[in-house]
Amino acid sequence: MSISFLLLIIAVIGVAGYLFGSWRANALAGGKLSSLHSRPGYYGSFVAIWSILPALVVILVWIIASPIYISSTVRGGFPEEVKATSQAEQNLAYNMIGAISRGLNTLSAQEREAMFQDSATARTVLAAKGVPLAADPAPYMLTSADDLNRMTQASSTFLSILVIIAALAGAFLSYRAIAPKFRARNRVEGVMLVSLIAASSIAILTTVGIVASMATEAIHFFNMVPAWEFFFGTTWDPRFAAAGATASAGQFGLIPLLAGTLYIGFVAMLVAVPVGLFAAIYMSEYASRTVRSIAKPLLEVLAGIPTIVYGFFALITVGPFLRDISAQLNGLVTGNYASFIQAQSVLTAGIVMGIMLIPYVSSLSDDIITAVPRALRDGSLGLGATRSETIKRVIMPAALPGVVGALLMTASRAIGETMIVVLAAGVAARMQLNPFEPMTTVTVKIVNQLTGDLEFTSPQTLVAFALGITLFAITLCLNIYALYIVRKYREQYE
Amino acid sequence: MSQVSTSPSMAAVGASAKPERRDIGLRGRYAAERRFRFYGMAAIAFGLLFLFLLLFSVVSKGYTAFQQTMITIPVEFSQQIIDKNNERATNPQKLVTANYPVVARNALAKVLGVSEDDRAGLKAVNGMISDSVRVQLRNLVTADPSIIGTTQKVTFLAHGDLDSAFKGQIDLSVPETNRKVSDKQVGWMNQLAESGALSKHFNTGLFTNGASSRPEAAGVGVALIGSLYMMLIVLVLSLPIGVAASIYLEEFAPKNRFTDLIEVNINNLAAVPSIVYGLLGLAVFINFAGFPRSAALVGGLVLTLMTLPTIIIATRAALKAVPPSIRAAALGLGASKMQTVFHHVLPLAMPGILTGTIIGLAHALGETAPLLLIGMVAFVADVPATPMDPATALPVQIYMWANEAERAFVERTSGAIIVLLIFLILMNVGAILLRRRFERRW
Amino acid sequence: MNMMSEAAVEKALDRQMNDISYKMIGKDVSVYYGEKRALYDVNLNVRENTVTALIGPSGCGKSTFLRTLNRMNDTIDGCRVTGRITLDSDDIYDPNIDVVELRARVGMVFQKPNPFPKSIYENVAYGPRIHGLAKAKADMDAIVEQSLQKAGLWNEVKDRLHEGGTGLSGGQQQRLCIARAVAVSPEVILMDEPCSALDPIATAKVEELIHELRTNFTIVIVTHSMQQAARVSQRTAMFHLGNLVEENDTDKMFTNPDDQRTQDYIMGRFG
Repeated sequence: MSISFLLLIIAVIGVAGYLFGSWRANALAGGKLSSLHSRPGYYGSFVAIWSILPALVVILVWIIASPIYISSTVRGGFPEEVKATSQAEQNLAYNMIGAISRGLNTLSAQEREAMFQDSATARTVLAAKGVPLAADPAPYMLTSADDLNRMTQASSTFLSILVIIAALAGAFLSYRAIAPKFRARNRVEGVMLVSLIAASSIAILTTVGIVASMATEAIHFFNMVPAWEFFFGTTWDPRFAAAGATASAGQFGLIPLLAGTLYIGFVAMLVAVPVGLFAAIYMSEYASRTVRSIAKPLLEVLAGIPTIVYGFFALITVGPFLRDISAQLNGLVTGNYASFIQAQSVLTAGIVMGIMLIPYVSSLSDDIITAVPRALRDGSLGLGATRSETIKRVIMPAALPGVVGALLMTASRAIGETMIVVLAAGVAARMQLNPFEPMTTVTVKIVNQLTGDLEFTSPQTLVAFALGITLFAITLCLNIYALYIVRKYREQYE
Repeated sequence: MSQVSTSPSMAAVGASAKPERRDIGLRGRYAAERRFRFYGMAAIAFGLLFLFLLLFSVVSKGYTAFQQTMITIPVEFSQQIIDKNNERATNPQKLVTANYPVVARNALAKVLGVSEDDRAGLKAVNGMISDSVRVQLRNLVTADPSIIGTTQKVTFLAHGDLDSAFKGQIDLSVPETNRKVSDKQVGWMNQLAESGALSKHFNTGLFTNGASSRPEAAGVGVALIGSLYMMLIVLVLSLPIGVAASIYLEEFAPKNRFTDLIEVNINNLAAVPSIVYGLLGLAVFINFAGFPRSAALVGGLVLTLMTLPTIIIATRAALKAVPPSIRAAALGLGASKMQTVFHHVLPLAMPGILTGTIIGLAHALGETAPLLLIGMVAFVADVPATPMDPATALPVQIYMWANEAERAFVERTSGAIIVLLIFLILMNVGAILLRRRFERRW
Repeated sequence: MNMMSEAAVEKALDRQMNDISYKMIGKDVSVYYGEKRALYDVNLNVRENTVTALIGPSGCGKSTFLRTLNRMNDTIDGCRVTGRITLDSDDIYDPNIDVVELRARVGMVFQKPNPFPKSIYENVAYGPRIHGLAKAKADMDAIVEQSLQKAGLWNEVKDRLHEGGTGLSGGQQQRLCIARAVAVSPEVILMDEPCSALDPIATAKVEELIHELRTNFTIVIVTHSMQQAARVSQRTAMFHLGNLVEENDTDKMFTNPDDQRTQDYIMGRFG
């Protein structure tokens, strides 16, 4: 029985449990609902919960446990010489057995018989069924695959029986528990509360998942490449992820990527900070209500545009524009119409990213500036200060910590931004200071290393996780610090 | 400065207790004021200018993608070419492998009056027809083999280069050898256009086709389905989980270190770079849990995790906005805390929650980076039947097309961006309307 | 100081007898917040070197009237003022009048002490600095010291001039705000319930200060407390529901008012 069919059965038992539970509660009340502790629906829900929940737990445990059990049993059945090989090779063999077992299910009895007679034909036979194999399978693999199929089959049957028993037992026991004094509502609400808590712990689980998964893969990477070579290396040249290549085949220096990330982020902030700040100041201090109600949402449209669109804009419009204008400039000055700005460059990516960041800077600082109490504003204006004097000498100094926090959050966004730099910054990992030349970033390299064929055993793939955890750590620190500053700032004026 | 003239009145009052009328540098200060104001306006103008430039750049490059140049001519389904030896009854493979492009080429050559012996001419004619004609004619014939031997009027796609030329996107002043359409082809194009055989049609293929290496036959249909699957998964998972989490944190959670931790956590998760979620998805869902790569399911799960913090933050704000008096009223009537929340607080907060959810979904719809890592950069030509099948997403399709070198793909990319932006605008307008319609001021 | 103040009182009384000198004249002043009308054709004159108290129940428009006197209402969206207000002979709502210069001449002290998050010195120096009143550092030091002395704060803060102004007690903060207003050497000082956030001892100090400031400045004070109005002011104006009910000498107002409503209010029948 497939899992989805099982789920359907559980659902049916649950609905039936609800109906029977409500009926029984009604019957017990005998027309006098006030004799019940809870409304009948709660008794029904109680039965439904006890029919569904245990069965779901059984399924969940089974889904996690049974593949592990089956896999270890099948591996235990490997011939000794296979067991002696490396873990990676055993994994390879097991994957192949998995493929064969899928193929076996598509074969007719005669085809099966023929294949078991001559394992050399297996590859062609299975390929004809749409199951390509990487190599000719060894004879033991066919038997293992057969075992695998049998165990999977048995496991599925066993699971079905277990689940249905669990559901029915739960329904029966909870049905028996129904009595007028039974506090069904409290029980049901208890379960609801637990599920609410479970939902909110997903946030924690996500963080744990991020850290744990990236740390594990990154540790694999650092087993192959020394950490200091990664963190302090100045050359990025991972070569190809060729099977069997040794770790020394590539160089994984983080420094040039980090340099590019910071440089592009710096250019972006150079664009976004003055524009965003002045826009925020104008909106909160000068603009009439009409101007504000038009310009503010329009600027926020910039924040709603997907970054891939910015990337395309940089690639197709801004990059070529900068290249052509530099050629014209160069021509006017030296007579040589050669462009000195590359289409993909730090400048292109930085400017476009800066435009993307304008609304972040402006709306975050707008919030901060409006949080400055009106009394301070009035105090300054009442002394005869002009608006700009009030802003420059009273409001901005008062808002400074909050604004710094806002800028740190924006900076963390600049560092983590991917699509704009993927399309507009270039892929050359270089250390240089010319903003007209392409540089690359941590995020670009994560994408580069992970698109295409993946091998979770090669440093070329795993380095992406080391890059990822570096990126995560940097942005996390920036964000926590920024949140801390902003929180303190807000408390000051509350 | 007109006040200076009024100073006699000051003298009458007696200057002993009062300061003299002073020069407080008004001229310079107002100049500074104007400059400051100007900077502010310039900043807003700068932002809006780029917004306009971006939209203009996309729309001006992309609006033509919604039209497609098609050729409508009588095509003779010649037995000679399709099934010379009349063996289709015995060998059904024959109709599948037949040389259909030649059928179309001959038909066009006939219309243009190119002789069957003029090899160079025939090659040029062939260059005007999209390769997709092979599939189109094959489908016509396999659906109804009886049309073999007859002549039917067929509308098929013009080649991408001809499409560009017909839309005026190719500079014809460039020397012939340096451009993709020859003068001869342009002449024929004009000739066909005058006779009405060649014209622009609304490009339905853009919305229905899947990936194709030929720009004229490429569409976002498959990507739309992939995005739709993912949005459904995100909605189905993140709305209940997000609302449940917010209810707990806002209404039930005691103030202690654990809830503080969750609080800080959620704020941080909202700021984690999206690409990190891609790495999480790759490591956990694909490598550890063994889900298939490129599947909409994995994409949906990753986007769910990414959207959750946004929804939780919006939902908590909406719950917070419900005044405590409502809770007190319900509790005072003997409702349990759970009943109070689900019967009174939650319905009142619903508009705010839905607005936040729609905005979260809109963000998820435009997200690209995490999807690249879980293998959605895939050439998917067939519509995925289930969320477990390989799929791609609208923004990823845009990314892939943006990397294509051909001129005609720029138009496609911009067209796809317009489609994406229209979806985003609709969602945001929906959110705004929802807020306007149901917003409550306490 | 005492001598001077008595001389000034005499001078003021003298004027009152002969020709009364009005510092500010309000004629038919009405204020609207959007559609809502907050003041109805108020005619109120402010005498020079006199403390004028504005009293009345909450929401009666007394603060609104005060804020029209230095156009602080301009900072509120949708606020509109009609009628005519003059400072000496200048119509302060004349388009040619500069609001910055007006506010340099008509200073303001607010209900809640609102020192800037800067040092005590910088708080006081702020006004003179923006208006360019001190050429050299020594001039500025002198202005700061004099202002703090006038506000009776000098002895308490002279050793910590460069510490934050927000670290002072509430009463000290309010006197700092008065010093800040005084430092600009305005002609009129408006005070919007300056003691409402202060404890009785701090209130007494501020009241004493107001009393002394009268020699150099014309003062208009909004107050919620009738006792305070009686203690500090020479003239009192009573507002009710946006109308000016009565304006009179303070003594007369509190002993034998002309208007029944004033009497009721003073007797505490409404408030």
